Amino acid sequence: MKNILIIGWKTLSKPSGYYSLGALVIGGFIAGIIFWGGFNTALEVTNTEEFCISCHEMENNVYEEMKTTIHFSNRSGVRATCPDCHVPHAWTDKIARKMQASKEVWGMLFGTIDTREKFLAHRRGLAENEWRRLKANDSLECRNCHNFDYMDFTEQSERASYQHSTALADGEKTCIDCHKGIAHKLPDMKGVEGW
Amino acid sequence: MKSFNLAVIASLLVLAVSPIMYSLNANAADKETVNSVATLRDATPIDVQKEPNRIPQVINKDIKKTRNYPMQPPVIPHTIRSYEVNKYNNKCMSCHSRQRTEKSQAPMVSVTHFMNRDGNFLAEISPRRYFCNQCHVTQLDAKPLVENTFTDMHSLMKAKAKSKEH
Repeated sequence: MKNILIIGWKTLSKPSGYYSLGALVIGGFIAGIIFWGGFNTALEVTNTEEFCISCHEMENNVYEEMKTTIHFSNRSGVRATCPDCHVPHAWTDKIARKMQASKEVWGMLFGTIDTREKFLAHRRGLAENEWRRLKANDSLECRNCHNFDYMDFTEQSERASYQHSTALADGEKTCIDCHKGIAHKLPDMKGVEGW
Repeated sequence: MKSFNLAVIASLLVLAVSPIMYSLNANAADKETVNSVATLRDATPIDVQKEPNRIPQVINKDIKKTRNYPMQPPVIPHTIRSYEVNKYNNKCMSCHSRQRTEKSQAPMVSVTHFMNRDGNFLAEISPRRYFCNQCHVTQLDAKPLVENTFTDMHSLMKAKAKSKEH
């Protein structure tokens, strides 16, 4: 094992005696495109709803619940998929979230929530993770579609326009403070502010 | 044995003929009279799938409606789509509970909701009043299927007083 490493290092540290500099540069460039492109393509594949609901934990619990909500079916036919709300769009944030998600792979392998009962038992903690994330980034994933600057308060109901033009406009509250449980069922809300 | 055979033949005959008789009858009878009772199916024959009615919109104006009699549970003047009321949560109470009304400016649930069946007041909503939708409902922007001739007490008393004057 040690010998292999030494041979490898010796090969890498020596200058190329056979390939031209041009071949190495162009070859490196093409290899870079393939690896980088491949990496991002693989990343995007994990960023689709089909990928998310390929695990029954997601398909039978959260996806099934989402089907009845306005983010799945509505008058204009625009719908949100899992990554629209649960994965940040900016690249660095996305990578950070993907690294966190490795814990979800662990959970899938060891069946942390592989029955409805186990899922319900974990629901409060899982929901709190998402509330915390959205609270910390000022509901960024909501705001990717719902832009405060373009809200027409006159089109909103009286209560909605009042809340949006005061608490939301001041920055005192963010979307998730009031709009909990809009896409999935709620956990036991005992002790949550506003409940 | 013979009478049994006869009975079997007779009943088979009736079974075979009755659908024909029925369809003849249904065709002959005026559809209006067949379906004179107001139903959600209107005059659609029994063997036809009815074209579904348009689903009306929930009225979302936040304007209180007059109660038809003092004890009437007030109707909900806003949409309650996906409001959860179950053993874990009661979404209605996040605005209408005693503690939340200052923030929400929503009407508080009446004191009767805090009473148990012996008339004693509890600190929280009584479990028998927990499920709001048992009494309180939203209103739809729809034409009533049947005419409503309900007259409230106030109008009745007014009419009576008027008739006494004469």
